[in-house]
Amino acid sequence: MNFDDTPQEAEFRKVARAWIAANAPKHLEDELTNPKPGATRDGKLAESKAWQKKKAEGGWACLHWPKEYGGRGATPIERVIWQQEEGVYDKLSRPFAIGQGMCGPTVMAYASEALKQTYLPPLASGEKVWCQLFSEPAGGSDVAGLRTRAEKDGDDWIINGQKIWTSGAHYSDYGILITRTDPNVAKHKGLTMFFLDMKSEGVEVKPIKQANGMQEFNEVFFTNVRIPDSQRLGAVNDGWNVSLTTLMNERMSIGARVATGFPELFEFCSNLMLDDGVAIDNPDVRSKLASWAVKNSGLTYTSYRSISALSKGERPGPENSIGKLVSGMMMQDIATFAMDLQGAAGLLSGEDAAAGGEFQALLLSSPSMRIAGGTDEILRNIIAERVLGLPGDIRVDKNVPFNKIATKGR
Amino acid sequence: MNFDFSDDQKQLRDEARKFLASKCPPKAVRQVLDGKALYDKELWKGLAEMGFIGVAIPEEFGGTGAGHLELCVVAEEMGRALAPVPFSSTVYLAAEALMLAGTEAQKQKWLPKIASGEAIGTLALFEGSGNPTPKSIKLVANNNTLDGTKKPVPDGEIADFAIVAARTASTGRDSDIALFIVDLMDGGVTRKALTSVDPSRNQAEITFKGAKAEPLGAAADGWSILSQVLDRAAVLVAFEQVGGSDRALEMGRDYALDRIAFGRQIGSFQAVKHMLADMYVSATLARSNCYYGAWALSTNASELPEAAASARISATQAFQHCSKNNIQVHGGMGFTWEFDCHMYYRRSNALALSLGSLSYWEDQLIERMRKKNAA
Repeated sequence: MNFDDTPQEAEFRKVARAWIAANAPKHLEDELTNPKPGATRDGKLAESKAWQKKKAEGGWACLHWPKEYGGRGATPIERVIWQQEEGVYDKLSRPFAIGQGMCGPTVMAYASEALKQTYLPPLASGEKVWCQLFSEPAGGSDVAGLRTRAEKDGDDWIINGQKIWTSGAHYSDYGILITRTDPNVAKHKGLTMFFLDMKSEGVEVKPIKQANGMQEFNEVFFTNVRIPDSQRLGAVNDGWNVSLTTLMNERMSIGARVATGFPELFEFCSNLMLDDGVAIDNPDVRSKLASWAVKNSGLTYTSYRSISALSKGERPGPENSIGKLVSGMMMQDIATFAMDLQGAAGLLSGEDAAAGGEFQALLLSSPSMRIAGGTDEILRNIIAERVLGLPGDIRVDKNVPFNKIATKGR
Repeated sequence: MNFDFSDDQKQLRDEARKFLASKCPPKAVRQVLDGKALYDKELWKGLAEMGFIGVAIPEEFGGTGAGHLELCVVAEEMGRALAPVPFSSTVYLAAEALMLAGTEAQKQKWLPKIASGEAIGTLALFEGSGNPTPKSIKLVANNNTLDGTKKPVPDGEIADFAIVAARTASTGRDSDIALFIVDLMDGGVTRKALTSVDPSRNQAEITFKGAKAEPLGAAADGWSILSQVLDRAAVLVAFEQVGGSDRALEMGRDYALDRIAFGRQIGSFQAVKHMLADMYVSATLARSNCYYGAWALSTNASELPEAAASARISATQAFQHCSKNNIQVHGGMGFTWEFDCHMYYRRSNALALSLGSLSYWEDQLIERMRKKNAA
């Protein structure tokens, strides 16, 4: 048992580290390391594109992709090492995360060779940004309940409907889109996947004002949008299987440090003066801190276990599936606790609050951590079914044609 | 990075699991639970013969000399099987103390007997309620004789010798506390059985009246040695807790698959599934913290105090969580004496306190993290 690289891994790390030291945009380091509470990098796409382009020119973009599509053909463990070395600059790559992590692999699996040659290299280099158009107002956790229609018209398909929670739709060049092509069969059996130019006529992107007041996602409306049949991914009515490819490729979080709010809380409690001394000396505070400390370290060492499996060329076990479930709840609980320590002044926010309002911002954003990318409940179902082998839910809509499924609870 | 046990260590785990499945089924645990024996002597003998007791004891002292990672692997299986033997007191506490601070002669005298299963050892630390602090130790040492009472002493009724924490001065410093070895078969020692929430393990009160004792380590170092022993034991007990957590989770999962209610497997209800998923989360966090503890223990890393406290807290929480929800998944059947759920519930709550309470270790963890950050 050790934390050392193998000789090959050490060599790879050395080369990666040297390249990053020579090429990273160091003028952004401070801002990326200590972002202001509630700050986004929206509107700073140019900085992201510049770093991605540089990486692509140096052969460091989409490491695990084949070289002919703009990648490096690297092993999974090399990808992890790169992520560790890239450190805070990885934040610059976020606008490309969905495109490269989910859309790219789907295109790679289902598009023709000519389309792959055309679309994948600019996606890898950050020249083109992609988004994923899956969730709908009526289909979140139950994404197969989606209603956006695609109807065949000659060599084209006509799209009508609405998507929601689309990250980056407002600056994306392309998107992958799942639609309903047959409402007369069971819901999973009538779906078809496409990709489209986001500048197509009839596509309208509207930002969503979130519960925390920020705007990071969009609604996307489709009114008689034409997509050529050549941009279909997979067979007609086989979109559910195609979407599973996309979802299985969810950006691999192994190796990336999971944000929990704990280091921030520990620092806050180390400096906060209460009536009877520093907060961290209070037994109740200690007890809470300790419980979160072991969750925080448990997540870190869990990812070490997965990395070790990758290092040996093995598939990581199911242990990594706990990450978001644990960290999402932790962030919300930590925010509430840090505010409680501030007493009445804890209700203030922003510059009027302690620590620049860091915990108040976390309080207001944290509900999304428990919903986005799989709700806590869906994640528990996944652990129960796929890890523990418990039966799936009894699905009352399983063999019912989509257009016969109830649409209202009352 | 290789943050995992080796293939040899995994093979040892399989061997230990197979051995315990055959020699230590729940029926064997119940013999001790029901008061028919103070511990499972046959199992103890078998563990010695398999080399499991001496797995971290060097060969020159009669062990197999395999190491502490191997001991972690065995500990997990002992916890999984709820082994009703004085393993933790003898191996994690007494043997570790001897290996840390014993003279050559002391090691020669006791370690081979431990490894062969001839000698049962324990640590006599607690004196009634409260957590392990220098202040809590009132038992007095004077010219190598001890006077005072210790309780609870794990396996105190069956131990052949004890490492005893005693007070040599009252300056209020850690150096007031010294450690001694006492042969419990000698005069001046009286023992009384105590009842506990987990009767599958022995607890006793031991009174020393002018009992002869032999110093272990330098007199002024007693507390420091003790702290190290507790850290080492914390990691090892945490592996027992992880083994127990996994077993309790499996029992709950299996029952949820077998039991039909409202015309369907109860494991198809989300209320039950989510409970089991949360148990898996706790057990996974604990296992990962324990692996880090195992690494720190086996390499004598400076991170050990923090790693040990993390493993201890995480594993205590996980085993309590899993054993309690295992009963819940079983419903009424889980509350019968006949079903094994309560044995895990009992063990989890006893282990949660055996080295000092959860709040004690929480306090230790934060203190240690704070010191590290300040440094």
